[in-house]
Amino acid sequence: MSETTPTNGRAILETTNVTKQFGGLTAVSDVSFRVPERSIVSIIGPNGAGKTTFFNMLTGFYKPTIGVIEFDGKAITGGRPDVIMKLGMARTFQNIRLFATMTASENVMVGQNSRMKAGLFGSIVRTPRVRKEEKRVLEKAAEELEYVGLRRSWHDQLAINLAYGDQRRVEIARALASDPKVLLLDEPTAGMNPQESDQLTAFMRRLRDERGITIVLIEHDMKVIMGVSEHITVLDHGEKIAEGGPTEVRADPRVIEAYLGKKASEEAH
Amino acid sequence: MSAPADEPAAAAAPAPPGKTGMSRRSELPWWVEKILVPVVFLLFATMLPFFFDPGSAFISTCALALAYTVMALGLNIIVGFAGLLDLGFVAFYAIGAYTIGWLGSGFFSQVGNEEGWHIFVSGFAETQPGIHVNFLLVLVAALVFTTIAGMLIGLPTLRLRGDYIAIVTLAFGEIIGRAAVNGDELKLSGFPIVGGGLENVFGPDQTITAGRQGITPVDKVDLPGMDPFKSLEQRPWYWLALAMVAVVLFVNFRLRDSRLGRAWIALREDEVAAVSMGVPAVKTKLLAYGTGAAFGGFAGAYLGSKNNTVNGDQFQFFFSIFILGMVILGGLGSIWGTVLGAITLTFINFELLPRMSDWPSKVGLDFDVSEINFGIYGFLLVIMMIMRPQGLLPERRRKMELTEDAETTDDTLYTARA
Repeated sequence: MSETTPTNGRAILETTNVTKQFGGLTAVSDVSFRVPERSIVSIIGPNGAGKTTFFNMLTGFYKPTIGVIEFDGKAITGGRPDVIMKLGMARTFQNIRLFATMTASENVMVGQNSRMKAGLFGSIVRTPRVRKEEKRVLEKAAEELEYVGLRRSWHDQLAINLAYGDQRRVEIARALASDPKVLLLDEPTAGMNPQESDQLTAFMRRLRDERGITIVLIEHDMKVIMGVSEHITVLDHGEKIAEGGPTEVRADPRVIEAYLGKKASEEAH
Repeated sequence: MSAPADEPAAAAAPAPPGKTGMSRRSELPWWVEKILVPVVFLLFATMLPFFFDPGSAFISTCALALAYTVMALGLNIIVGFAGLLDLGFVAFYAIGAYTIGWLGSGFFSQVGNEEGWHIFVSGFAETQPGIHVNFLLVLVAALVFTTIAGMLIGLPTLRLRGDYIAIVTLAFGEIIGRAAVNGDELKLSGFPIVGGGLENVFGPDQTITAGRQGITPVDKVDLPGMDPFKSLEQRPWYWLALAMVAVVLFVNFRLRDSRLGRAWIALREDEVAAVSMGVPAVKTKLLAYGTGAAFGGFAGAYLGSKNNTVNGDQFQFFFSIFILGMVILGGLGSIWGTVLGAITLTFINFELLPRMSDWPSKVGLDFDVSEINFGIYGFLLVIMMIMRPQGLLPERRRKMELTEDAETTDDTLYTARA
């Protein structure tokens, strides 16, 4: 596997000196981060390192206190989440957040909301164009669910009735339904067994190769990270303490220290 | 009455993988929900007045029930679909009612040199002073006014959730209600800047509302090609209300199964996820408030004309709860449930309770049942929440969800004892 340096290729997503403070607490401090197009990159770090806060800034839920976020050549700093999603950045959540009382298929249809045009009056009158759009969106939902491997017989089940692994699939399908350029996955293998994690790892590569989607991953499972990432950024206490390819990062004393404590890092050297 | 659905389908949910899961429509097949029930309901409802006297009080109550159904269906969009708990729906009733009070009565008696303004009206109203606008145009005006009011109330609630939305909407309903009662003290000529201009048009003593005295009489509904309605002939009132219900039902179904309906339900289920999936929260919520309010305004304009008065006392907090009770009784988010809830509560309020009014005296008690109406609704709702928390005709989604909970939580292992 090639360990591309982050300077290769056009950056689709780039942050410059991004900082987020909540009152006196600095959750993310001065993080610059670059994601080349069609790459798979990871953000790792111990619990509370600021990874999810960082994701929330990328997707517009938090406005950075300082710093600039650029996506596909446009500054999106402080933009609204739905607008950022429409530009082509979709995400999943650490604790799955499906629309519980909607079916798997309807969940994926909501994911296409930003690609639809039907308005209030068009929906009431149900113009031919709206009708056609509904049909297309429904078909696309079925395609996406099949793409992530959800059995057809489960497509019309309520999301809460699905098994955990299937809920993860639906959440990814919902994010994919908008044909994003970048997909942010927040701990997608949490709660999965090793076999399921392997499947997901393979699936991420497939997404990148078949659909050209750039993937940014927050993950704890080292096997997944080392197996799939081309580039890894390590956060600890909100600061970027290391970055590079998997082998570099694995050997970095600061990373070992952050994960295992100072003594362990001394012993390792 | 229970839902006419095939119950066993619900049990299929935790089916082993490979077995066919429950079909999306199997709870109520689409043709039952959208063709059979509406056709039967509308046919029956259309024929109903022929079995009663033209001036029957019963048909009048039925017309009232239908008007309340229109309101409840509007509130169901806000509370049931979008999940925004609105305790001030009476505001939209008030605004709709005042629309016809202002535009269809002798209230503004000074306009047009005391001869009045008349726009597409015929018969008696044409000869009267004041502003008299055709009922259909009044509906359009009510639509515009209430939609604007709906969005105005929506704006301050956009950053709020749950209970806080309830408090803000409650306050809004109270403000409108108080303004209606005390509007007879407010003179148009007293307004800053525009007061002088208003005085020239409306006269020096013109007030905003007639307070507790009420604006009366109000123009009877006047549809093109027909004579204006009469108060002793109840059938046309009934059929008009039925037609309004039919239109509002149609709009409700179309919206529920559309991009917008899905966005409402997604916001209700998980706002963060909905927004991150590209649902614009502000626009989507405002559309819910706006559409729901518009239906409240339609019904308000109709009721103003039917009641022949627009009185500040009609717009009290209890009315918001009355309509909300209909939605909850029927099943939050369920369209047919809301219709059933509205009809049930109206009949309890206007037919059943009045008939019970002398019961206490028969057993030697000295009070009137109408004094404890609220206690009776409260009791009904409590019973309802215990026996059937999902409502009389629950929304398909909630029904599936609640059935599921009962099965998966192993509640048979432990039963709470009183």
